[in-house]
This record gives sequence, C-alpha cells and structure tokens, in this order.
Amino acid sequence: METPTLIIITLLCAAGAYILGRNRASDIASRGSQQGTLHSLPYYYGLLSSLWCAVPCLMIVLIWTLLDDYAVHAAIVNVLPESAQTLPENEVDLMVNTVINLALYPNSLISSSTPDYLIQAGQDYLRWQQLSQLSLTVVVLISLVLAFSLSWNLIKAKVKARQQVERVFQWTLLLCASIAILTTIGIVLSVLFESLRFFQSINFFEFIFGTHWSPQTALRIDQVGASGAFGAVPLFVGTLLISFIAMLIAVPVGLMSAIYLSEYATPKFRAVVKPMLEILAGIPSVVYGFFAALTVAPFIRDSGHFLGLEVSSESALAAGLVMGVMIIPFVSSLSDDVLKAVPQSLRDGSLGLGATQSETIKRVVIPAALPGIISGVLLAASRAIGETMIVVMAAGLAAHLTANPLESVTTITVQIVTLLVGDQEFDSPKTLSAFALGLMLFMVTLALNYVALYVVRQYREEYE
Amino acid sequence: MRKMNHKSATRQQPSTIELVNRNLAKRKRAEWRFRVYGIGAILFGFVCLLILFTDIVGKGHGAFFKTQIQLQLSLDSESLQVTNPSSEQLENANYDAVIENALLTDNSALMASELSALDKRQLLSLVSTGAVYDLQKMLIDTPEQLNHEVSMWLTADDDVDNYVKSRTRNEQGFSGRLTEQQQKWVDRWLEQGQIRQTFNTTFFTSGDSREPEQAGIRGALMGSLYMLLVTIGLSFPIGISAAVYLEEYAPRNRLTDFIEVNINNLAAVPSIIFGLLGLAIFIGFFDMPRSIPLVGGLVLTLMTLPTIIISSRAAIKAVPQSIRDAAYGLGASKMQVVLHHVVPLAMPGMLTGAIIGFAQALGETAPLLMIGMVAFIVDVPADLLDPASALPVQIFLWADSPERAFIERTSAAIMVLLAFLIAMNGLAVWLRHRLGRGH
Repeated sequence: METPTLIIITLLCAAGAYILGRNRASDIASRGSQQGTLHSLPYYYGLLSSLWCAVPCLMIVLIWTLLDDYAVHAAIVNVLPESAQTLPENEVDLMVNTVINLALYPNSLISSSTPDYLIQAGQDYLRWQQLSQLSLTVVVLISLVLAFSLSWNLIKAKVKARQQVERVFQWTLLLCASIAILTTIGIVLSVLFESLRFFQSINFFEFIFGTHWSPQTALRIDQVGASGAFGAVPLFVGTLLISFIAMLIAVPVGLMSAIYLSEYATPKFRAVVKPMLEILAGIPSVVYGFFAALTVAPFIRDSGHFLGLEVSSESALAAGLVMGVMIIPFVSSLSDDVLKAVPQSLRDGSLGLGATQSETIKRVVIPAALPGIISGVLLAASRAIGETMIVVMAAGLAAHLTANPLESVTTITVQIVTLLVGDQEFDSPKTLSAFALGLMLFMVTLALNYVALYVVRQYREEYE
Repeated sequence: MRKMNHKSATRQQPSTIELVNRNLAKRKRAEWRFRVYGIGAILFGFVCLLILFTDIVGKGHGAFFKTQIQLQLSLDSESLQVTNPSSEQLENANYDAVIENALLTDNSALMASELSALDKRQLLSLVSTGAVYDLQKMLIDTPEQLNHEVSMWLTADDDVDNYVKSRTRNEQGFSGRLTEQQQKWVDRWLEQGQIRQTFNTTFFTSGDSREPEQAGIRGALMGSLYMLLVTIGLSFPIGISAAVYLEEYAPRNRLTDFIEVNINNLAAVPSIIFGLLGLAIFIGFFDMPRSIPLVGGLVLTLMTLPTIIISSRAAIKAVPQSIRDAAYGLGASKMQVVLHHVVPLAMPGMLTGAIIGFAQALGETAPLLMIGMVAFIVDVPADLLDPASALPVQIFLWADSPERAFIERTSAAIMVLLAFLIAMNGLAVWLRHRLGRGH
C-alpha cells in the first residue's frame, strides 16, 4: 500500500479505537459494583485507546520514510561495480540519481549505449522500493493490531486514563512551543554551516573589510576574473545609506503622528486615523517596490535633471524614501504604546506648574518614554536593514562604495536574492557568499532586536 | 534674553505674571507649531497613501478591459485544412490561415496595391497570437459553423490595446510600438466600429504568459491559495498550542524565558532569512523539489508562527482568572479548563491575530524567491506538489517585464492582492467586534 493510504488507515483505526474504547469504558462503568467505579470519564478511555493506536504507527511511518532513502541509496551503491564505488561522493550520488531515473522512465531514457549494470541496478532499485513499501505495510498493520489489542486490555477501572491523556496533551503543547527554538537553531545552523564553507575559501577579514564586491566567479579556472571578489563593505555601506534615509523619514513623521494621536487627538479622531495609517504597514513590500521603481525613482531622476543634478535611474534616495514611508506606522504604533504608558500624574504635575502642552510633551513625556521610543527606533532600523523587495526592485545591483544618495547602491538583501535566484550549484563560493551575507544580516538584526527587547522589558517594569 | 531679564529683575523686581506674559506669545506660537508638526506628520502619511493608491489604480484599471477586433471569418474547410469535422481535426486545423485571410480581405478596400511581405507581417501582428485558441474553442463547441461565414471578436495584440486605450485617454502623439501604417489600419477599424473594449476575463482565468494580452493571474492566485492553506493548516494549531503551553502550563524558569525571548526575536527576523532557512533545510537537506506550494507554505508557516503565538498569548492573558478558578472549583482538570473555557474565550483574539498573520504571509515575496518560486510557470497548479507561482511573486516578475502592457497588468494584480488583504483585515475587525462581545 502507498504511504498516504497507510496513514489514512491508521487514522481510521484510531477513530474506531476511540469509539470502541469509550463504549467499553461505559460498559464497565454501568456494571459498576463488580469491578469498582471507573477512574476517569469514558471518553478519556476512548482518547487513550486512539492515542495508543495512532502515535506508534505514525511514528513508524515517519521514521521509515526518513530512513528509506538512505537505505535504498546505500543498497544501490552496493550493487554498483567496484570502480564506481570508489569514485568521489558527489559522482556516486549522480550515478545513483541516474539509476533511479532509468528505473522510473525506462522508455524515454534507456538507449543502447546505457551500461548494463545501471539498468540492472535500476531494476534492483524498483524491487527494493516494492519490498520496502511491502514491509512497511506489514509492520504498520501488525503494530496496529498489537496496539489495538493492547489498548483494549488497558481499559480497566483502575487505569488512570485522564492523567495519561493529559500528559500526552501537555507534551504535545511543549513540542509546539519548542518549534520556535528549533526554527532559530535551524536558521543558525543552516546559515552558519554554509558560511563556514564559504570562509574556507575566502578569508573572513577579506570579506568583512574588503571594498570590492563582484561575486561573478567564472566557470573555468583559466577564465579572466576567475576568482571573484568578496569584499562586502560596499554592501554594508549601501544598506546603511538606504536604511539611514528611511529612518530620516520614518522617525520624525512616525514620532510626531504618535505624539499627536496620543496627546492631542480626540478619541474619535484617533479611532479613525490610527487604523488608516496602519494600512501603510499592511501593504506588501513588493507593492512599495513597484511604486518605488516605476513612480518615485523616475520622478526623482526627472526632478534631479531639472535642477541640473546627475541622478541615476535607480537611486538610493528613491528606495530609502519609499522604505521610510513603509516604516512610518511601525515607528508610530510602537511610540504610541510607550507614550500611553507614561502615567498621567507626570503630565498633570507639569501642566499644573503652568507648562503648555507642548512643553509638557517635550520636557516630561518624551524623556519619560525615551527608552521605549529608542527601542522602537531600533526595531524599525532592524526592519529597514532586513527589507528586501523595495531595494531589490528600486536600489540597483552595482556595488558602488558611495555616500551619495543620488547614486545607485546595492544592499545585503539585494545581493542575497541575486545570488540565489535561479539554478546554482551549491558549493561555489558565489552561492555560499549569500549565506555569509545572510549570517551577517541575521547577526545584526538579532543584536538590534535583542537590545530593543531588553530596553523595552527594563522600561516596562518601571511603572508597574 | 533671559539673562538680561534676570539682571533687571534684581533691580526692579517685576512680578512673576509680567515675566510669564513677556514670553507667553512666543510659547503659544511654539505650542501652535508643535501641533502643526503633528498634523503635518499625519497628513504626510495620508498623502503618501493617497498617491500610492491613485498611482496603482490609475496605472492598473485599464487591465480589466481588453481590446477586441471584429473580423468576418470565412470558416471554409479548405483553408482550415479540415476534411471532416471530427474534433481531433478541428483541434489541429489551420486557424492562422483563416485569420490571415480575414485580415487581408478586410483591408483590401484600403489597399489598392498588393501588400509587401513586411506590411503583411505588420497587419497580422495586430491580432493576438492567442486568438487562434478562441477560434478553435468556438469551432469545437459549435462544429456546425464550419463552411459558414461568421463575424467574430478577436483579442487584439497588446500594442493595439495600448494604442486604443491611449486614444480614449486623449494622449496626443502616443503610438507605442505601432508603425504609422498599423496606426492607420487601427484608426480605420475604430471609425467603422470594429474595435471594442470588453471585460478582460483572460486576466482572471489564465496563467502567466509572455504575451501581455494572454497573461492572467489564475495560476499565481491558486499558488497563493495552496500556500495559504498549508500555512493556515499548520501555523494556527501549532501557534495556539504553543501559546497555551507558555501561558497555562509553562513553569516560570529559564527555559520558558528563553523560549519567550526567542519567539519575540523570531518575529523581528528579516523574512529573507526564513527563505535561506527554507532553501537550506527543505530543499537542500530534505531534497524537496523547488517552486512547489508545499515548501512555500512551510516557510511561510515558520515565518507566521511567532506572530500568531504572540497574539494568541495576549488573547489568553485577557481571559479573566475567575473563569479558571470557577472551573477548577467545580473539579475540572487542567486540560478541561484549557479546552472548555480558556481557549473558547480567547478564540476571537486568537483568530484576529492569526488572520493578520496570514495577511502578512499572503503578501510576502522575499522568502519565496529563495525557494525558487520565481520560475516562469504557465500552467495553473492543480495540487500542493505542482510548480507554482504566488501573487506577490507574479507582481515582482511582471514588474520586471519591459512591455508597457505589463505595467498595467502588474498594477491590476496589485489591486487584486490589496483587495484580498483588505478583505482579510476587514474579516479580522469584524470578528473582533462580533465575537469579542460579552466579556
């Protein structure tokens, strides 16, 4: 049987086990005095039996599927001739792939020039595949029967079904909660592992401090410019330049609108305006990218030409401006929260001394809310640094080392995208450099987020 | 200023009120300025929003209409090269010849001399290459039309489309990529009423295409839908479970603290990093195929999980402790308290947060680029394992196309995407109002 069919059968059995278990428990309960009263409600016994059915069988299917590929791979390698087995690892992998393809599409791929041992291995592969599937079916069915009879005997008045079910429930919840940690570990490991491979061929300091970025490595060793240059400083500068422009827009506008909304606006005005401003944050960044590339960038170029300035058609200014607009609601809602958290007594004290409202805000409220505002700005900066689509569409690809916002620059995220889109081999420094850039990006944003979250935590405790 | 005041104060002792009044006008102006800054900031946000929307709608509304040309087609079996009207023959019939004949006879009145080869090619290029499929479908549906003369509206080429639309907008001197000769032909058709604009169903029913007039968003829409299904199916239950564990079960210790900091950090990790994770784990390690909605959905699941966990925790926190105490008091177990009382009461808040998370996932592009969902795919995907595109990725791809007609289509696709997002956010607001009542 196919694996999906097996899973469905298992689930059906689990459902059946639930009904049978519950009924049997009810029976025992109704007989009452003979065997003592039931420990838990009948449906807990039902749940317990279905868990006994489903969990072990699904585990078997999962583990089997995971190990299956490796086992078959090893078996194929085993029947290949000695000369093939001693080849380097990736060539052996390639040969195994050929064998599998030959077995799956014999009509279109096998020709007279195909070596016999490959065809033979392909047929072996098909046989093993069938054998593996057959034995999986048998094992799952046997364990279903076993689990079923075992759980049938489990239903006794003294068995603490509720405790057992609740323990499984709690472990499941813990498993779900730890997926967040697993994701982080996954990110760190995958990015770090590939980056280490990159740093084996490229010097770490050359990557961090080098000022020339041109990752196009050649296909052949003897080609011109075969090595490629991986100095990431122009990317760092470009990223910072665009983020700086974005923050220049987002921080004052976001902060001022938050101040107005939380300090001056009537509740009605606030209820209407705040969600409307937040629409800006809900628009996908690819839309901003399109807007930046097709409307803002040409506008800036034309007005620059009108003023007699040399503006490139993909300028850092265009990407930064649009990114700033995107981040406004982010800054504004974070500052809004911290402004609201400032106790009213501070404002009353200041107003009572005769200060105007703006003086109160500038001298009392903002200083009191400053840590929260700073953490909001840090989070916004981390978002600006990690933003991809706007810069991919509007910032350009050329790695210029410049501080001029009218020139085109490139950023870390743009380079990651251009390096990894399309089919690439997984072990050239060109592809791996994207992971090294990803590592840099992850570390920087992680540090910013961590500081920001830490500041917020410290600050929140002050008024509580 | 202030120092001088102070000096004179020691001599003449002016009253406090005098001192205050002296500065009052200035302070009031400062107060007024500060308010203006605030209003200005809000206005700036609105103006940006307004410009963005008008720009998109202005560029994109045209894509909902397509230009068609009316031609007299003579469907004689000779030029179709059909001997008997069986459907296999009709499928492979020579429709190009019929359209060619129709175009030539239609314009014979205009052309005294014979057409040069170049002219002929220019004439033929006015009708979309997709028109033959419309004709084929019509003839297979109604085979009795064979050997009859029919009048049919055929889809025009995107250049004709652009030209006609720019004329109705009164743009002077726009010719796009049409030559003067081609413009004359189109102008004559316009005069004779042989050109019309109809609702562009192709845009909603077909997949991607290199020809703008045949390109549609159906494939991308289905791809987005499948990914969203995977994301909803995985991230909602897992997110809620994690939130329940952290709020109701977890002991306050270092491990829980660590999980909590981790989730908050993950919520702020750039989306492209999740793309790298998906590339390394799902495609590199587990050897799953590129460009399939399943992998896209998995990556988006990992990305939306932190958002859902954070909002679900807030919803669970908002459930009053008295409800838990009452249930415990009646002898409920922990699981019963959680499943029968806490989760149902927190559900509206959880749903609201989740829908906002899904809306973000729907608009996400960068991680999908990493796992190869940028491939040019014409077919509409049929299941989770078919290569597919996604709506935001389609927007990204079209935005890169040089043809002017694709700008129109990109903007229209953006309008569709925004409509979905607004609908989802509206649903979240409605849920909060509808289900949130009562406690």
